[in-house]
Amino acid sequence: MSEQHTFQLDGEEIPFAAGQTIMQAAQAAGKYIPHLCWHPEFKPHGSCKLCTVKVNGRFGSSCTMEASAGQNVENRTPELDDKRRTLLQLLFVEGNHFCPSCEKSGNCLLQATAYELGMMTPHFDHFYPDRPVDASHPDVMLDFNRCILCSLCVQASELADKKFVFVMGGRGMRGRKIILNSESGRLADTDFSVEDRAASICPVGVILKKRVGFAVPYGERTYDQAPVSAVEVAK
Amino acid sequence: MSKLRVATTSLAGCFGCHMSFLDIDERLLDLLELVEFDRSPITDIKHCGPCDLGIIEGGVCNAENVHVLREFRKNCKILVAIGACAVNGGLPAQRNHLELHDILTAVYQTEGGLAHGVHIPNDPELPLPLNKVHPIHEVVKVDYFLPGCPPSGDAIWKFLTDLIAGRTPHLGHGLLHYD
Repeated sequence: MSEQHTFQLDGEEIPFAAGQTIMQAAQAAGKYIPHLCWHPEFKPHGSCKLCTVKVNGRFGSSCTMEASAGQNVENRTPELDDKRRTLLQLLFVEGNHFCPSCEKSGNCLLQATAYELGMMTPHFDHFYPDRPVDASHPDVMLDFNRCILCSLCVQASELADKKFVFVMGGRGMRGRKIILNSESGRLADTDFSVEDRAASICPVGVILKKRVGFAVPYGERTYDQAPVSAVEVAK
Repeated sequence: MSKLRVATTSLAGCFGCHMSFLDIDERLLDLLELVEFDRSPITDIKHCGPCDLGIIEGGVCNAENVHVLREFRKNCKILVAIGACAVNGGLPAQRNHLELHDILTAVYQTEGGLAHGVHIPNDPELPLPLNKVHPIHEVVKVDYFLPGCPPSGDAIWKFLTDLIAGRTPHLGHGLLHYD
């Protein structure tokens, strides 16, 4: 019975197909749930927790939780957006996110999500970690100062490119990082190519193509034109 | 209604936010109906007296910045961090992953093109640099934040008019920018 295949998202009926997650069903219905590590092409990673919703009063990651009939899902409530803002603030102070000098600014999902949620300050004390920049590759540079460990590059390289260029390694808040699959640890010594899916998957400003920087000026970029809530549901 | 007293200063900043403040253009005249300036580059008053509103541009990179910031916090009922540097350290904080001594040595002693016999400046008049550059909320309590490098004149206008009207400042899409 088709009327059973709906759940409530912030009071609206959302249809879903069997096996769809809450995130997939919401996206298909044109409803925005804030997210960073989720990407429609790949399996949900469930690590950033930005997409946390309340399902029948209990917290859950909407990217991993299957939709089921009659669920009452809270999404853009002040309570949840407050928590999401705090998660963003933690990400901003853990890395070195200096938007004014970043080529990704205006096209950055982290920044756009912070705009969407009205983040006016990182609030916490900054870590200012010492992270490397790898400019060894002729066509692509890596600036790990901006990495949020979403693992999309790991998935894209493994599943789409079949190359395993990136892997998540290390432990702990300061130790966890993306490691490159080469003896030297440099991107130039992997079989990475600018044509790879992984070269254009990064939601933040870590993986950047060389020689195309600032082709579009600040102020005219994706999330300058429209907020992320409008851009994401238009995909 | 008596006018609100406002003080502004730039710490480890470039005065770009002050320049952007001037970009409110003729609205400055409307603003002057509502506020008067205490310490600010506009008045050239050297120390901040009791104020309703203090606006700080720039982060904290040396001992003098800390003194000025504390003077503002002591005298201002509401303190606002304006611009990327005050909010997260900004450009000056790009030195934070380097050792301060290494930077000073490189800039004043080992860089090419320096005059013979130069040394790291040590005049007692110069404020001592801090090991790291910090955003101002890591030193004093800050009431409101207005990010941007710089925030646009329109963003500053919206922010100030909200604040003066007694509303929580709200910048929608297009006005809230970190770049």
